[in-house]
Amino acid sequence: MSNAASDSGLEFSVHRVAAMVRRYWYLLVSSWPRLLDLIYWPTVQMLMWGFLQLYVSKNAGFAAGAAGTFIGAVLLWDILFRGQLGFSISFLEEMWARNLGNLMMSPLRPTEFVAALMIMSIVRLAIGMVPVSLLAIAFFGFNVWSLGLALVAFFINLILTSWAIGIFVAGLLLRNGMGAESMAWTIMFLFLPLTCVYYPVAVLPHWLQYVAWCLPPTYVFEGMRALLIDQVFRADLMVEAFAFNTVLFSAAAFAFVRLLESARVNGSLMQTGE
Amino acid sequence: MDATSTAAIAVADLVKRYKGVAAVDGISFRLAPGTVTGLLGGNGAGKTTTIAMIMGLVTPTSGTVSVLGAQMPGQRYRVLHRMNFESPYVDMPMRLTVRQNLTVFGQLYGVLDLTDRVATLASELDLNEFLDRPTGKLSAGQKTRVSLAKSLLNRPEVLLLDEPTASLDPDTADWVRGHLERYRAETGASILLASHNMNEVERLCERVIIMKRGRIEDDDTPQSLLARYGRQNLEDVFLDVARGRGERRETVE
Repeated sequence: MSNAASDSGLEFSVHRVAAMVRRYWYLLVSSWPRLLDLIYWPTVQMLMWGFLQLYVSKNAGFAAGAAGTFIGAVLLWDILFRGQLGFSISFLEEMWARNLGNLMMSPLRPTEFVAALMIMSIVRLAIGMVPVSLLAIAFFGFNVWSLGLALVAFFINLILTSWAIGIFVAGLLLRNGMGAESMAWTIMFLFLPLTCVYYPVAVLPHWLQYVAWCLPPTYVFEGMRALLIDQVFRADLMVEAFAFNTVLFSAAAFAFVRLLESARVNGSLMQTGE
Repeated sequence: MDATSTAAIAVADLVKRYKGVAAVDGISFRLAPGTVTGLLGGNGAGKTTTIAMIMGLVTPTSGTVSVLGAQMPGQRYRVLHRMNFESPYVDMPMRLTVRQNLTVFGQLYGVLDLTDRVATLASELDLNEFLDRPTGKLSAGQKTRVSLAKSLLNRPEVLLLDEPTASLDPDTADWVRGHLERYRAETGASILLASHNMNEVERLCERVIIMKRGRIEDDDTPQSLLARYGRQNLEDVFLDVARGRGERRETVE
């Protein structure tokens, strides 16, 4: 490895990533409330929207082809929301434990830290979402796994967005301390109305549609409705979502690096409290 | 060879300002390899900020810091695996057991013989009794010993210690000091020790740097300081400096 790569922190060690994943895994399995929390709320959400969909389809003559859109939307929304939350909560665990100084003064590179947080967001997502997806089959006969390759495309785009937002929030936390904690919990809700999770983009005012189409998840939720209602997989929407995700992820990584530099200048890494 | 490359730590004209207020105000010193240096000063003197800049956690406003020949913070990844620290301002994850914590940090520092190293440190620092207990369930003294074990995991060449015996009873504190003395003697490590315990500084350090309001007020061996201030112990020297009764040296090497 060249000195230049070493100096810039671009050197990458799988062992250090594994160490961080091991640290979060130890934490998860030592705490049943943490495990329960991963499953509890997605289950509540899925049941609530599933029963609402049953009611709407029976009483409003909602098209049979649209039968899975609410449950599909809530499951995909949870990938987006829980993916970001899984990333951000793992990061917050370091701040709550006052362990960030230990990590920042260790050989752990920021890229390795972020990679470990990404892996943990998938682990946490799997623990929560796999049982919930099975419950959706049992309660409502909705099998999200039957979406096949489309589900893979949806998942990749949603998880990329969730990581981008998670990286940006981590930068804010490094720079501003626990004063920015609420952002970790609430920032994704800004995406809820704008990315048209439960309704088509056409419902939005014309000017707001431009904003919606700048957000990668919008393409995923439109794609999901096209698949469930029209039985058409819109690959073009997935490609566009990926392009916007590339821009969003790059911007988030840039912001993270700048916020980390700013935290070093301002001494925020020494004071990770309020 | 660059002059800074022969020093374990070289600090030159180091300044750190926060919103115009100087936390560290133009300090310079060089620590020779294999030495133990005490960093003394009252609260707000700039000790912790100085250590944070040496570790690369804080970017200086001006001046330079070099550790084992690497400029901090720009080249920190060249040397972070060769240094370590212990501070009351950070904790180990509380829900993880002592063994889990040491394993995770050992892996982060790339310790090759990790199982053996953890076993050795557990034995040397008397951790075996609670090695599989959650770190959060330990007493303050036990936690300090665990933090010390973490700081020694990678056999650091440069060790920065911030109040390493602050929460220990006199017997355990004495035992920890003995361990640090042995570690230095066996490895030739350089140690920078920030402490309010003057007995500890007198026992461990061959050199003492006294800071006040971000500046170095004095810098000498404990014996020379005692002789120059006409005092019997470092605590009185410290009080003289803190209350402005002593002579401040004009230049510090």
